[in-house]
This record gives sequence, C-alpha cells and structure tokens, in this order.
Amino acid sequence: MSAKLARRDYRAAWLFLVPVIAVILLVAVWPLSRTFFFSFTDAYLDDPSVYSMVGLDNFMEVINDHSWWVAVKNTLVFTVISVAIETALGLAIALLLNEMIPGRGLARAAILVPWAIPVVVATKIWEWMLNDQFGVINKILTGLGVVDHGIAWTASSSLIMGVVIFIDVWMTTPFMVLLILAGLQLISPEIFEAAEVDGIPAWKRFWSITLPMLRPAIGVAVLFRVLDALRMFDLAYVLAASNENVMTVSIYARDRLISFQELGVGSAASTWVFLLVALVAIIIIGVLRLDKAAGT
Amino acid sequence: MTNAIAQKALRKPAGYYRMRRRVVRGLQIFALLLVLVYTLFPYYWAFVSSTKQGAALYRSALMPALDFTYYRQLIDNPVFMGSLLNSAYVAISTTFLSLIIGLSAAYALGRIEFPQRRAILMIVLMISIFPQVVVLSGMFELINWLGLFNRPSALILTYLLSTVPFTTWILTTFIREFPRELEEAAIIDGCSHFRILMKVLLPLMGPSLASTGILAFILAWNEFLFALTFTLTDENRTVPVAIGLIAGTSRYEYPFGQIMAASITVTLPLIAVVLIFQRRIVAGLTAGAVKG
Repeated sequence: MSAKLARRDYRAAWLFLVPVIAVILLVAVWPLSRTFFFSFTDAYLDDPSVYSMVGLDNFMEVINDHSWWVAVKNTLVFTVISVAIETALGLAIALLLNEMIPGRGLARAAILVPWAIPVVVATKIWEWMLNDQFGVINKILTGLGVVDHGIAWTASSSLIMGVVIFIDVWMTTPFMVLLILAGLQLISPEIFEAAEVDGIPAWKRFWSITLPMLRPAIGVAVLFRVLDALRMFDLAYVLAASNENVMTVSIYARDRLISFQELGVGSAASTWVFLLVALVAIIIIGVLRLDKAAGT
Repeated sequence: MTNAIAQKALRKPAGYYRMRRRVVRGLQIFALLLVLVYTLFPYYWAFVSSTKQGAALYRSALMPALDFTYYRQLIDNPVFMGSLLNSAYVAISTTFLSLIIGLSAAYALGRIEFPQRRAILMIVLMISIFPQVVVLSGMFELINWLGLFNRPSALILTYLLSTVPFTTWILTTFIREFPRELEEAAIIDGCSHFRILMKVLLPLMGPSLASTGILAFILAWNEFLFALTFTLTDENRTVPVAIGLIAGTSRYEYPFGQIMAASITVTLPLIAVVLIFQRRIVAGLTAGAVKG
C-alpha cells in the first residue's frame, strides 16, 4: 500500500472514530476528571460553584472514617466469596451442559433467565422467598423439620451478607457458565478420546486436560466478574439500603455524595473506589497473565 | 501405572460398564433437573405469588391462583405505566445510539489498519469495566449543566458510558470475522470506506447487530444507580427504580403481591426476547470475552 493510501486510511479511521471518541470524552473522561478535581475541594452538591481547595483533607477524612473500612471489608468479602462460588458452580454446570444429556438445550435456555432479570427484580423475588414469616424457603425448611421456626434471613446482621452473596450467585453464575461453556467447545474432543483410550481416570482428565485448557476462558470470566462485583451497588442497596453489614464502597461513596450532599468528600471516596478497582485489576491481570494466556 | 489401570479395567464384565453408564446418566439427568429448578423456580414462584390475593399469598400452594387483580391494578396505575414508558424510551434510544456509534467505531477498529488501533481498543475496554460511581459527581454536574436533571433523557446520555464501549467491543469482534475478500472488489473499484460499510458489510450484519442490540438493551433496561441518582420524581422514574422504591405502609403490609406482579410485567418481554434470540445472545456475550 502506498504511503498516500495509508494516510487516506488513517484519516478515514479517525473519522469513523469521531462519535465514539466524542462520547468517551463527554461521559467518561470529563466526568472522571471533574470527580478527581472535586475531591480536592470542599464543595457541596447544592451549589458546586462555591468551593475552596482543601488539598488532601477529603482523602484523609474518608480513610479516617470507620464506615469506609467496613465498606471496603464488605466489598472484598462479597467479591472474593461470590466470585469463588460462581466460578466453581459455573464450571460444574458448564461441564454438565457439555455432556450429551437429553434436555440440555432446555437448560441452556433456562440459564439465561436469571441473567436477564434486572438486579432489582431478582433481589425483590429473593427477598420475598426469604421473608421470615411468609417466605417459601422458610416454609420448606420448617416443613422438612430442619428448623423449628422461620429464620430472619434479611433482618439478621450475621446472615444478610450471606443472602447478598447467595442472590448474586443466582444471578451471575449463568454468565460464568456461558463463558466456560464457550471455552469448553474450543477444546477438541480427540484429546479426551485419546486420554480415555489410554485409561486415564476421569478426575485426572479433568485436572490435567480440561482445567489447563479452560484457563484463558476462566481467567477472562473471573476478571470481568471481579471488577463487576467490586462496583456492586443495586443488590445491596435494594435489599438493605445503607445497612452497614452489607454496605459496599459504591454505596458509601454515593451516600456521602447524594444523601449527605458532600460533593468533595463523596468525590474523594469515589476516587478511592477507582484506585481500589484499578489496583485489583492490575493484580488479577498480573496473576492470571491474561495477556499471555489470551495469546495476544 | 496407566497400563495397570487399563488392564484391571479390561477384566471387568461388559455388564458392569452398562450399569455404570446408566448410573452416571441417571445422576447427570438428576443434576440437570436440579439446575433447572434452581434457575427457574424463583421466577415461577414470583408468578405464582403475583396471582394470589390476600391470605392465599401467605400460604405456599405451588399452583398459581390465576387471579390477575394485581396486573389490572398495575395497568390502571398511571405512575407505573409511565415508568414503563420511560424505561422503553430510554432503553430503545440508548440501544439505537450505541449501535450506530459502536458500528462506526467497530469498522475503523476491525477493518482499517492504523497505528493507534490497539491503544484505542484498550481504552474502550478499560472504560467498560470501571465503576459507575466514580463518575457520579462529574456526571451530576454535567447533567445539571445541560439542564437534564430529573429528565429521562439524562439517562440516555449517562447510559452511553457503559453501552458504547460494550457495543464497540463486541461489534469489532463480529466485524473481524467477515472475510477480507468481501470488500476487495469494492476497494479495487475505488469505493470509499463509508460505502464499503454501508453497502458491503451492513447488509450482512443483521444478526450481529441484533445480538449486540439485545445485550445493550438489557444493560440499559436494568440499570439502577444512574436512574436512581438522576431522576427525582415518580413520573420520571424507570421501572427498576420504581420497583426498588415500592414500600408498604409498614413492615407487615409490605406489598409483595404487587411487587411480584410488577416484576413479572417488566421481565416477561425481556425473557421472551432472550429465549427467542438465545443463540445470538450467547454468541454476542462470548464473542467479546473468549475471542477478544
């Protein structure tokens, strides 16, 4: 290709990119830089034009706030446990759906239902099912004689995090299943046949063939899920509003910003959230060596 | 070691293997049933509960009572119908805009070789994963400045933050899958890139646009944080926020029947679409992650 043609191509490429760049500048880069800016000011939401610069005061206020650290702990506990369960369960269901079983097409369609339901709706449905007096789960448990009287799932401070994780697992395991299933279908069946002929036991075939070959698919799925879980807002907010037992960093930052109208402190909290997520992303990408695993 | 296992195994009678296969198959079918119950029962239960009235709601009969009073109440409720319209307006506009913007970007990123291509793809990917709460204060100022606060249109603008990177990424993967030969004749004829996109690629991209569009629609339809923050009054709410904020007069009068009816109403169209297009959706969902 001649240099002139290449230049023409570059110009065309940038023309096609104008809309997306405009959108990114308007709704991502600009608001993000304003958030960073406000985090150094003492502005309030009712009139953001009146402010003075306060240096790092807001950042210090957030990290000296006990509630912030509770929120960080909740977010990390929620992320680690829910993603671990989702990965294990997603892997199990994907392996099951990869077998030639009658009805697997139906199951593959059914698994999309929890995924498509809005978080708010899924939370409300489970809140109703887990209701202490009238919920169907407690009815089943008392009916089976497992417990004498209904458990207050969502009212108890020690159980509510478990409930949040449980609902999240129900909603997002399908995503894991679909990604792992797609990874499974990239593995050629000849490898398994050869191993089976050689008499390698099933668990060993799984451990030494399936898992290593699924690593890129699982790695990408885990990365997406972790970053998604770290920003979780709606599930805990709908279930428990600002209950400290399940308050996530997103809820903390929004509370400071909207409920308390503290634009400065709220922005500083948001900036901490940004740094936290960036740090975790870098660690995961490093640990999984996704760049290598994906072959890019 | 492996040989020993194989030989030991060989000595077992054929009947043992038939038996074992049957047991394994039986267990697999049982596990599949468990998966079906786990994924579908909550939604079924929401439907059952939404058709029960009064005291029946608190008994756990498994069959729906098929009393649609709550649904009639919802249809007669102008605020709920309004939020349904708001959601439809916001989600459809968001989907439409993000498809156009995403398609244009995907053509450049998938079809034209230029030096900054990878860097732009990385930026797009990074934006799609960072937490929405981080832009909340800046977005609040922007929305106020544009005079859009408490208007459904504000949500269209803010939703582009998550949908545009998403459609760009997935459409780029789809567009790369088309063979280069398609447009070679057009290039030799001296067609512009715009004509190649419109006349050669676009007619083939129906299925890709459909699956990407459905995913973007679901993203916009289900969004909660921005919708909660940037709308203030009931008539401007979207459906997730409307449902999220339904509350009874007291803890014991929590209107679960109505909430379940509303939940079914807003998810039934979504689930219908998802089941009809399930293959395309799975293709779109995995295209970005596995091959990207």
